[in-house]
Amino acid sequence: MISLTHYLVLSAILFTIGVTGVLMRRNVIIILLSIELMLTAVNLNFIAFSHYMENPVGQVFVFFVMTVAAAETALGLAIVVAMFRNLETVNVDEINQMKG
Amino acid sequence: MGLYDILFYYFAAVTVITALLAITRSNPVHAVLFLIPCFFHVAGLFVLLKAEFLAVIQILVPAGALMVLYLFVVFLFNLSAIKGIRSSHRQSALAGIVAVALLLVLAVLVVSSVFPGPFQELVDKSAVDNTSAVGGSLYTSFLFPFELASLVLLAVMFGAMVLARREDKE
Repeated sequence: MISLTHYLVLSAILFTIGVTGVLMRRNVIIILLSIELMLTAVNLNFIAFSHYMENPVGQVFVFFVMTVAAAETALGLAIVVAMFRNLETVNVDEINQMKG
Repeated sequence: MGLYDILFYYFAAVTVITALLAITRSNPVHAVLFLIPCFFHVAGLFVLLKAEFLAVIQILVPAGALMVLYLFVVFLFNLSAIKGIRSSHRQSALAGIVAVALLLVLAVLVVSSVFPGPFQELVDKSAVDNTSAVGGSLYTSFLFPFELASLVLLAVMFGAMVLARREDKE
């Protein structure tokens, strides 16, 4: 029998994969993808709780998280495009122009 | 083991494996392509949790629109410039340690917690199906945040256009 804990452990694994991607990779596109993965893990958590608590409000929250995820992706990719045009790189280690 | 359990383990396994493959590819195109089946199987998990509306949204928005957006942006770049960016071994090792520690903490927390059953006063019995339940909450209790979301999207639309616009060269 699949319980709430199964879903929470799965979502913890997905979130950890996302965190690992952000920490380990230097390619800004893959970092954005990893953030996407973390948001998906959070959504899974919300929906699992919403199902086991029999309350649909958690799913409304997922709706808003998805809206913000779409906004984050659009803006993040626009910044990446502008960055690549100016600096010819997507390696976050080479982007240190703001460093004092 | 019932059909539900088999489906859960199938969706969970494919989700985790494709997510792992996605963050380890050196070519961003492969990473994006691996994330598409990952999001499809997350949508399958949503169906198992009886959230059909969000399962459809999960396929349409993150798996459909956002991944296509990523692919378009990746194709705009010179692929050789964005491929094969390697991080140092020291950094990878540190990231691995942090990941294992985080997973341990989360797993211990989740497994040791006892979750109460549904709070009867919060259980919504009026809705007949999932879509009408979500829609009912969205258009009544959460109408203001819903309208605010449209404002966020409008701001992002202008922001993305301004950021990605090419400066006119005289």
